[in-house]
Amino acid sequence: MAKTMNQSNYEVRTEPVEALSILSPEGKLLQPDLLPQLSDEQLRELMRRMVFTRVWDQRAISLSRQGRLGFYAPVSGQEATMVASEFALRQDDFICPGYRDMPQLVWHGLPMYQAFLYSRGHQQGGRIPEDVNVLMPQIIIGAQIVQAAGVAMGLKKRGTDRVAITYTGDGGSSQGDFYEGMNFAGAFKLPVIFVVQNNGYAISTPFSKQTASESIAHKAVAAGIHGVQVDGMDAMAVYKAVQDAAERGRKGEGATLIEAITYRFGPHSMSGDDPSKYRTKEEQGEWEERDPLVRMRKFLESKNLWSEEDEAKVTEEAKNTVAEQIKKAESVEKMTIPGLIDSMFEQTPPYLEQQKEDFTK
Amino acid sequence: MAQMTMIQAITDAMRVELERDENVLVFGEDVGHVGGVFRATEGLQKQFGEERVFDTPLAESGIGGLAIGLGITGYRPVAEIQFIGFIFEVMDSICAQASRMRYRSGGRYNAPIVFRTPFGAGVHAPELHSDSLEGLLMQTPGLKVVVPSNPYDAKGLLLSAIRDNDPVFFLEHLKLYRSFRGEVPEGDYTVPLGKANVVREGKDVTIVTYGAMVHTSLAAADELAKEGIEAEVIDLRTLVPMDMETVLESIKKTNRAIVVQEAQRSAGAGAEIVARIMEQGILHLEAPVLRITSPDTVLGFGEIEKEWLPDASRVIKGVKEVINF
Ligand SMILES: Cc1ncc(C[n+]2csc(CCOP(=O)(O)OP(=O)(O)O)c2C)c(N)n1
Repeated sequence: MAKTMNQSNYEVRTEPVEALSILSPEGKLLQPDLLPQLSDEQLRELMRRMVFTRVWDQRAISLSRQGRLGFYAPVSGQEATMVASEFALRQDDFICPGYRDMPQLVWHGLPMYQAFLYSRGHQQGGRIPEDVNVLMPQIIIGAQIVQAAGVAMGLKKRGTDRVAITYTGDGGSSQGDFYEGMNFAGAFKLPVIFVVQNNGYAISTPFSKQTASESIAHKAVAAGIHGVQVDGMDAMAVYKAVQDAAERGRKGEGATLIEAITYRFGPHSMSGDDPSKYRTKEEQGEWEERDPLVRMRKFLESKNLWSEEDEAKVTEEAKNTVAEQIKKAESVEKMTIPGLIDSMFEQTPPYLEQQKEDFTK
Repeated sequence: MAQMTMIQAITDAMRVELERDENVLVFGEDVGHVGGVFRATEGLQKQFGEERVFDTPLAESGIGGLAIGLGITGYRPVAEIQFIGFIFEVMDSICAQASRMRYRSGGRYNAPIVFRTPFGAGVHAPELHSDSLEGLLMQTPGLKVVVPSNPYDAKGLLLSAIRDNDPVFFLEHLKLYRSFRGEVPEGDYTVPLGKANVVREGKDVTIVTYGAMVHTSLAAADELAKEGIEAEVIDLRTLVPMDMETVLESIKKTNRAIVVQEAQRSAGAGAEIVARIMEQGILHLEAPVLRITSPDTVLGFGEIEKEWLPDASRVIKGVKEVINF
């Protein structure tokens, strides 16, 4: 017999969501129960990687201005989300990145000089070492998301407990591929983690013009997967969310969408974007107060796990590494057109052999 | 007449048409407030308001579908796809939907859409930003394909494209956006779709080309002239419809031709042009028609771009081959 229904029964509704923060902007522990179980060494290593990434970003920006890099998308502000999310994974987990996600790849094992080669448009940048489980940054927004579902299905079918993680921005969450990827993940219960780095802007388009959805995390509901929102400026919160999501994936409980609320301090890319055209100084200032490095540094200092000397040492190390790795990239033999032609097929067909002649004569 | 860069001429065309016809709408990713990543729509939102010039969410398939739906309801959408490589996301709308709207609706609806897209190499853009995909588009029945090579043509062709009742794909070469200025009339004028331009007259060989390669070919022709070879250079301006009349007229005079395109060699615009010359003009030829193109690889962007792209020396070599055949 049909039950009588009132408004609340036939209308789908979801509660507002609140981002998980574990550390306050001042580095105070807000939720001791939720603090990830990390050793002192692990905490220091995570901090080291974030500081290293900040310095690397600054160096990359200046290399790009000098014309020594090609395409480069700055990452400062997003270190907690990028670095801590990778840190929460196992080495054999698989990363499907967007164009800004170079830090995750390098911390997952891609040699930095290859990141530079990639930026310069050298095909050897993408020659991923055998034991590094990553794809190269995806230029087409959303393509990595559906591919991640495929990787996750492969890992699951092989009977492993490995997970795939994929990243995009708030803008990327508008692409059809985003919905298709999540829907597949839900339908096939795939071990995949979708991280949306909501930094408030897709180039110049603000979040308010991107979607009318209450949050991006809510979009998990329609796909029938788990959805959470975290403070993306808080490395501990990001770590916790990714660790939980990975565990869920490993146990066969399916996919998770993580919306990380974050900010990019720099321009969208080094190719002519001017953020002052669409953001205010006040807004930037407010976000700088939530700097993920400051927060983590204060937290560790309160536990005597980080000092000015540590900071200086990592800064020095990062500068040296970047200098050495860009040199290494620059010393790799230049690409040639015949080499490029040979990379199209496993066996170069005769018509392409002929085309090579145009470039060898 | 004003001196304008090609991008200024393109903006000017949209301004003229937004003013003239209230059904014209301009939209795409980042086109509103900041005026697009190349500032092609700069100032238009300020002048015409957010109802007529607006940012969309980041979804090309959505942009294409929106354009079709707006077309059906009487609007004239000018939709920007931010870079050429992203058209794959909207290929269904362009190649399977808009292009057959007239056919599928028995003429009841059309798709008076202009898809504007930057393309073309030589500026060190990242992967999938600079490809030449006109060949793919030309294979789509029902879709017009326009590739201007200078500011005057860009404005006149864009005005024709917006007024055209069929879908038009308008390709804007990145290297030509700001590389030089040219005379552009104020206000309204059009350059018709389907009419080529003889940009240099000559009697010894015909160079058929379009887009940025017009300039490469002109540079080659200058060099050749020093050796006493007079090349006629034809800028096709639109690939669909293609003005074979002008091409054949020229070949009747020169009896020799090469086709120059930036795109990869196989199955593209160049192949089509050569085939039509064979079909319609073989009796006027004294040598095979050669294609000067880039090789059949993915675009060698970044450090290898310069060698990958056809340059004047490759054009000169091709011309000499057909002359000495
Ligand atoms: C399919 C596709 N469309 C458009 C672009 C051009 N584009 C590059 S980044 C970008 C904005 C991305 O914003 P978001 O996803 O929020 O990521 P963020 O850069 O802010 O991290 C756009 C429109 C692209 N690379 N791919």
